[in-house]
Amino acid sequence: MTERAEQGGPETASPSRSGARQASPGRVRLKRAGLLLLRTFGSLAVTFLGLLIITFLIGRVLPIDPVLAAVGDRAPADVYDRVYHEMGLHLPLYQQFFDYVVKIFQGDFGTSVLTSRPVLDDIVRVFPATLELATIATILGVLLGVPMGVLAAVHRGRWPDHCVRVLGLFGYSLPVFWLGLVGLLLFYMKLDWVGGPGRLDAAMEDFFEPVTGLILVDALLQGDMEVFWNAVSHITLPAALLAYFSLAYIARMTRSFMLEQLAQEYVLTARVKGVSEARVIWRHALGNVMVPLITVIALSYAHLLEGSVLTETVFAWPGLGSYITSSLLNADMNAVLGGTIIVGGVFIGINLLSDLLYRLFDPRARR
Amino acid sequence: MADLKSAAPLLEVEDLRVHFHTPRGEVEAVRGLSFTLGRERLGIVGESGSGKSQTGRAILGLTAGNGRITAKTLRFQGQDLLSLSPKQWRAVRGARMSMIMQDPKYSLNPVMTVGDQIVEAYRQHHRVSAAEARQRALAMLARVKIRDPERVFATYPHEVSGGMGQRIMIAMMLIPEPDLIIADEPTSALDVTVRLQVLAILDDLVRERGMALIFISHDLPLVSSFCDRILVMYKGRVVEDLKASDLQSARHPYTQGLLGCLPRLDHRQETLPVLRRDPRWEHGTLEEVMR
Repeated sequence: MTERAEQGGPETASPSRSGARQASPGRVRLKRAGLLLLRTFGSLAVTFLGLLIITFLIGRVLPIDPVLAAVGDRAPADVYDRVYHEMGLHLPLYQQFFDYVVKIFQGDFGTSVLTSRPVLDDIVRVFPATLELATIATILGVLLGVPMGVLAAVHRGRWPDHCVRVLGLFGYSLPVFWLGLVGLLLFYMKLDWVGGPGRLDAAMEDFFEPVTGLILVDALLQGDMEVFWNAVSHITLPAALLAYFSLAYIARMTRSFMLEQLAQEYVLTARVKGVSEARVIWRHALGNVMVPLITVIALSYAHLLEGSVLTETVFAWPGLGSYITSSLLNADMNAVLGGTIIVGGVFIGINLLSDLLYRLFDPRARR
Repeated sequence: MADLKSAAPLLEVEDLRVHFHTPRGEVEAVRGLSFTLGRERLGIVGESGSGKSQTGRAILGLTAGNGRITAKTLRFQGQDLLSLSPKQWRAVRGARMSMIMQDPKYSLNPVMTVGDQIVEAYRQHHRVSAAEARQRALAMLARVKIRDPERVFATYPHEVSGGMGQRIMIAMMLIPEPDLIIADEPTSALDVTVRLQVLAILDDLVRERGMALIFISHDLPLVSSFCDRILVMYKGRVVEDLKASDLQSARHPYTQGLLGCLPRLDHRQETLPVLRRDPRWEHGTLEEVMR
């Protein structure tokens, strides 16, 4: 946010800019784009470094001895000392940190004690499951939540508004695991409309060879429609559940942004021009609502990408949330910290994306 | 001007009332306003809260959601405005009557280019191609004395100055060639230096196209120099209706009071008088007040 203000503020205000642009428009614009890129990557690098410092320090501060975790409680003293040196724990802290950063950039997050596989391999396996779920949930949440919020604002105080409010209230107050269990009971057990827990039927899982790990995408790529529809039937319920929660949030925020925009003067201007009410709402007002809404949607998406532990647990969904949680419960620090870095990286990436989209929707933030 | 005024009235307003329903009860912003308008330039003056802006909005049918309009007559070019459907309203607004708002900083859509907004105003009422609408918009921008229309066409409202923004507003509202234009404090948000410039542009266009103008302002001298006729409003009513040239011989004590509050350049005044209000102004006719 602050960074955005810095970039937008002084430049839009400077009157000399238009003069400079007239001199040689192409070069100045190129230079500005280059600067922007440089600044964006600079801030990305600093943020990521901060993330690494935090994960590194957590790893050092925690009362879990990494050597003991690796060699076991009963290892003799000389083995302990050898491993202690191999891990570089005798080195000064800054050097340990440097080695840590180098390793991270080489993709070496250490080995998980729990699965005895490299942490990165584990994450590459679990993250697509979360990504698939979060993306579908967010798309549904936006496609349904935004129009609902708009309708609620336009019909403020009348029944569409009340419906959206009640629906949102349920979304806030009902526990996920309860809704998930009831959903499974009703739609899977009784009605058999959707697939049960897991990403695929157990029988199919053995034959399916993942490429990207996004089963829906993989199945389409391989042209295996049977797997595709099976995956759809499995993802429907958890995705709908997560979509409901993000929808409740997005609709509420859209409503309040929309009310704010509908009270603006330019809305009156559009009406004076004879513009239809639909266009006033969906073009003029929503165009302005999208600006703050981008941030809301991005945050909600990032939040889902962390992995929602409860949903993943109820639906036996092998995602990032349940991976990090089970690692944490087993004091598997490499896996926890690796997961934390991935989640942090995802947040940074989503922030960058929302910044770019922000520029797209708001001309005042450009340049 | 005389022959223009004698033509059939463009707008007839009789006993216009605008009520607002608020949590603290009913508020009557306009209380029984009546006037007729020909192809002339009418100034409506009054202090804040006198109902002058609400009058303008009521004529355009754009009173806020919690407001209610009643009138014995509200006719525009012989058409009863009170019975228009939303669709009929859309054919009236913009095309036949339009409004210039106070501050271009707020009245232009910040995420649409200036050009798109002007083109939208034109295409709303004229079925033309995008390219032709663009040409029209560029021509209109040139008409409001914008030097580099091509460049301004592609800018966003935050990139232009207040004076330029208001010229863009004028271009946008005049491009469908309405018969009546309501200007609600069109220069109040502008620097004094560009105020006259913008007014001159508006004046030229209004004269040239023979439009009627309702000029809403709190600035009595400005209105008297710019309009043919003046309505003085006080607490939702017209207290005096007079020709702009007769302003100095205004009879209503409120109008006289307003004039008295203005500093004069030709002789020195130690203190400016403060308006002394009389409760009779709220209800009495001019004759009753004069008695």
